Amino acid sequence: MNTDKRSTVMRYLLLTWVALLFVFPVVFMVVSSLKPDMQLLQDSASFRAFLPVGDISLDNYSNAWDRVPIGRFVINSVVVTAITVILSLFLCSMAAFSFVFLEFRGKAVLLSVILATLIVPFETIAIPLLMVVNNLPWIGFDGFQMGWLDSYQVQIIPWVADGLTIFLFIQYFKDLPRELVEAARVDGASWFQVFYKIIVPLAGPCFATAAILKFLVMYNQYLWPLMTTQSEDYRPVMVGLQYFFQLDIAWGEIMAYLSIITVPVLAFYLSMQRAFIASIASTGVKG
Amino acid sequence: MKRAMNLMAAAILTASSSMVFAQTDLSLWYHGAGNDKEKSVLTGIINDFNGSQDDWKVNLAEFPQESYNESVVAAALSGKLPDILDVDGPLMPNWAWSKYLTPLEITDEDVKDFLPGTIGRYDGKIYSVGLWDAAVALFARKSVLEKHELRIPTLDKPWSLDEFNTAINTLKMDKDFEYPLDLGLAWKGEWYAYAFGPLLQSWGGDLMDVEKPTAEGVLNGDEAMAFGEWWQNLFTKKLVPGTSQDGADRETGFLDGKYAMQWNGNWAALAALEKFGDDLLFLPAPDMGKGPKIGAASWQFGVSGSSKNQKGANDFIRFAMQDKYLANFSNATGLIPATAAAAKMTENYKEGGKLSVFYALTDKQATKRAVTPAYNVATLEFEKALSDIANGADVADTLDAATDAINKDLEKNKNYK
Amino acid sequence: MTDGKPKSQNKVGWLMALPASSLIILFLIVPFLLAFWFSFTNQRLVSPNPTEFVGWSNFSDLMGVGSLTIDPKRDAEGKPVYKANGDIQYPRMRTFTRNNPDYEHLQGMREWFSIPLSNDRKWVVLAKDALFMKALTNTLLFVAIVAPIQAGLALLLALLINQKLPGINLFRTIYFMPVVISIVVVSILWRFIYDGENGLLNAILGFLSFGLFEPVDWLGNPSTALGSIMAMSIWQGVGFHMIIWLSGLQTIPGSLYEAAALEGAKRWQVFRYVTWPGLRNTAVLIMVVITMQAFALFAQVDVMTRGGPVDSTQSLVFQSVQRGYEKQDIAGGSAIAVVLFLMVLSISLIQRYMSRDRS
Repeated sequence: MNTDKRSTVMRYLLLTWVALLFVFPVVFMVVSSLKPDMQLLQDSASFRAFLPVGDISLDNYSNAWDRVPIGRFVINSVVVTAITVILSLFLCSMAAFSFVFLEFRGKAVLLSVILATLIVPFETIAIPLLMVVNNLPWIGFDGFQMGWLDSYQVQIIPWVADGLTIFLFIQYFKDLPRELVEAARVDGASWFQVFYKIIVPLAGPCFATAAILKFLVMYNQYLWPLMTTQSEDYRPVMVGLQYFFQLDIAWGEIMAYLSIITVPVLAFYLSMQRAFIASIASTGVKG
Repeated sequence: MKRAMNLMAAAILTASSSMVFAQTDLSLWYHGAGNDKEKSVLTGIINDFNGSQDDWKVNLAEFPQESYNESVVAAALSGKLPDILDVDGPLMPNWAWSKYLTPLEITDEDVKDFLPGTIGRYDGKIYSVGLWDAAVALFARKSVLEKHELRIPTLDKPWSLDEFNTAINTLKMDKDFEYPLDLGLAWKGEWYAYAFGPLLQSWGGDLMDVEKPTAEGVLNGDEAMAFGEWWQNLFTKKLVPGTSQDGADRETGFLDGKYAMQWNGNWAALAALEKFGDDLLFLPAPDMGKGPKIGAASWQFGVSGSSKNQKGANDFIRFAMQDKYLANFSNATGLIPATAAAAKMTENYKEGGKLSVFYALTDKQATKRAVTPAYNVATLEFEKALSDIANGADVADTLDAATDAINKDLEKNKNYK
Repeated sequence: MTDGKPKSQNKVGWLMALPASSLIILFLIVPFLLAFWFSFTNQRLVSPNPTEFVGWSNFSDLMGVGSLTIDPKRDAEGKPVYKANGDIQYPRMRTFTRNNPDYEHLQGMREWFSIPLSNDRKWVVLAKDALFMKALTNTLLFVAIVAPIQAGLALLLALLINQKLPGINLFRTIYFMPVVISIVVVSILWRFIYDGENGLLNAILGFLSFGLFEPVDWLGNPSTALGSIMAMSIWQGVGFHMIIWLSGLQTIPGSLYEAAALEGAKRWQVFRYVTWPGLRNTAVLIMVVITMQAFALFAQVDVMTRGGPVDSTQSLVFQSVQRGYEKQDIAGGSAIAVVLFLMVLSISLIQRYMSRDRS
């Protein structure tokens, strides 16, 4: 009993130590957002960096709000991110299902090609991609036009499908029992029904993981929107960060801005965590 | 473009219903997103212009400066440049050569009163006009120089190289200061070519020989090598803070008394004046041998090569060139107005104004950076070479490497002919 | 699964794979093929000059190497001359590489590295593009160090927070914190931490060593800069891979653990015989993803050091981007992208071949 208690205490100690290691820059960020620039820079060399002491106020927040249309940018980011994540989960998991459970001609080649795209860092193909989207047509509310610049779709559609998400689903689906699929087929279910009635419900943790990873990639988009958005109507949050790098860098405002734009991500992650917990429970029952 | 189309559609709709004159839309891009002061002056000019005539209506789109050039390049690649855009002076030749920009319909007569640094000329034509310029000076304190019995240099008789070296080595002995001089290596990018390129020119070197064109023998010639050795010496002897200086020290180090002197721009002058008052001196650049020099040319307006509204765009730029707007800009930002008449209307640059010395500096010492489309590569190579040398790299090898890289770029672009 | 009706599966298989696949082809593969094409031309970002096909010249510019054996400067007795700092003095490399008709094949090359030989001579390897070579070796080093450490730590963390303890969700959230914040932002924050004069890290180390620790200019010193970027990258990315490990851990049925507990297995044995086998697919995924991400090293370098000091933190992607955008040499930038692609492709084929051999 006693050793048990001690080991529990040890566990929490370890957890807390690691937690401190991970959380300190975030605390630094939030605490700094409350301080005037001069104090922020002086404090950054000592443990005062983590303490909300001295001349504390919300001035940085109101100044940041005046400098950047934060509301607009957050909405843009959330719209782009949400649509991309939803489309991506649907299309990539379906493709992965096809790669794992179905046999079709050319599958091996197609899969290899898709996985090979994992190797290509986006930065190295950004300019050719720009050339591609410049030559694509779009039919929107205001009629037909060539080129996708300065829009939501240019930030969404090229990012919907990616090798990593498909790969993630493939590796997960491989671990699922094939008998379930066979049984459903014998019962006369179509392949699509097998996919969304049997596989999707079983893959909760994988969907949650894929959603989180995709969310992060999309919410933190920087280079691509920089190249493709020209008006504040479509600009996302990371481009807004650049507004603060004037000759006198407004560090306090930067910290305030970063603190604000981090909130949606944390909220999303926490909601996904619930999905995690739920799926742990469900695998427990089925396992 | 799409927005312009929307606006046009909206304009047509309103016109049909309520007989409003339909002005043609002109798009204007500006690098100052996040800078409220510049925005308010610029929107003032735009509103005045839009109200002054019935043909054109200028719409402003702002971009953050850090990534402005990338945005412009991406737009050019997509054929979506605006009608009017602003450009950092030394990059203008590259944009003119690439046909992003087209020559202005503005004549020499129109700009005869402008400081030469504010007019972007390339290939014999005017491509861009700046409403202001900036200047750098050696910020110093009279009391400190007098304490060490150093001669206070004047515009007519600046420090010689020897005097300058003596000054920093003497101030090095003063334990009140961490460093005798701050060059501001915390600021990356264009600051290097802008602030230190003229020093190299004063030594007798340059980024490249624009006429030939080649960097061989210019950026790695004897004078440039001497400059490089001198430059490295500043760091090995700890006379100036190195490349990892943090931005905060750059901003406040001189004010806090960490640095005895500072190589800085007129935009930082007001804060320093507030701190030191009459004790503060703005000293001219030292003469390293081939005359004292400081950088010229700041942000300027030009008209894009793809604009279908050349006349409107030129009208706007000509409209913005009025003295009162130059003065407004200067008052809001502390930058140097482009004409003497405008300078008289400003608080800081009128005769006896706190910063009037900078107008004189610009007038007397300002030198343009190499006017060539190869500049955008040359400036990067120069920055890299200076920071590598500062960090201990071999001077000759480093300048050779920069020279080769610039020449390779020239070759790849067929000498930008 | 080659049973049943391959004909009907053909149709439905393509139907389900096609939407995602066609998007990938249009937005990843077509741009890559364009980049591939550019690497054989003199394509500029924007230029009034027409684009020309130049064959392999972009690649030979990148990879060209040469070598040279040089004698030290010797005095009358044939003993090497020493410099003031005690090093042997060699003739300057630029006397061979610049306009020397006897060494035309070395024209414009720079020293990459050298190996000392007997009798104080040394063998110098020169590269046409020493910067690229530096970026290449840095990137390989980064991958070799960061990938295994990051994967291992991420697994440890995943095991740590996969426990059933009250309040574990709080820790789970905290561990994930660094990932939530974009790498650009993290890099900005860590510049404060690594600062040589007012930096937090120096303050902490000084405090822990009772002031004995000499402050280090972490990002400003060529010998510590890359290591500092590695440490930060591991710190930032470890939560990302922890999540992937965690989702893998949850596919292992609880009944297996119960059975192991019944048989009285030790904790290490449980890991060895239950957990690890159950993580096989996840492990493949993680190694692939981590390796790819490490090869793509860019944002940290861009924000923190821009390749300096003295090229100690150059990376391939950073060079590709710098050449492509800033120098407008899209052909040169694309050539680096192609080299990177082929290199990683061959590494992963080898990885695959070796793991297939075992099973």
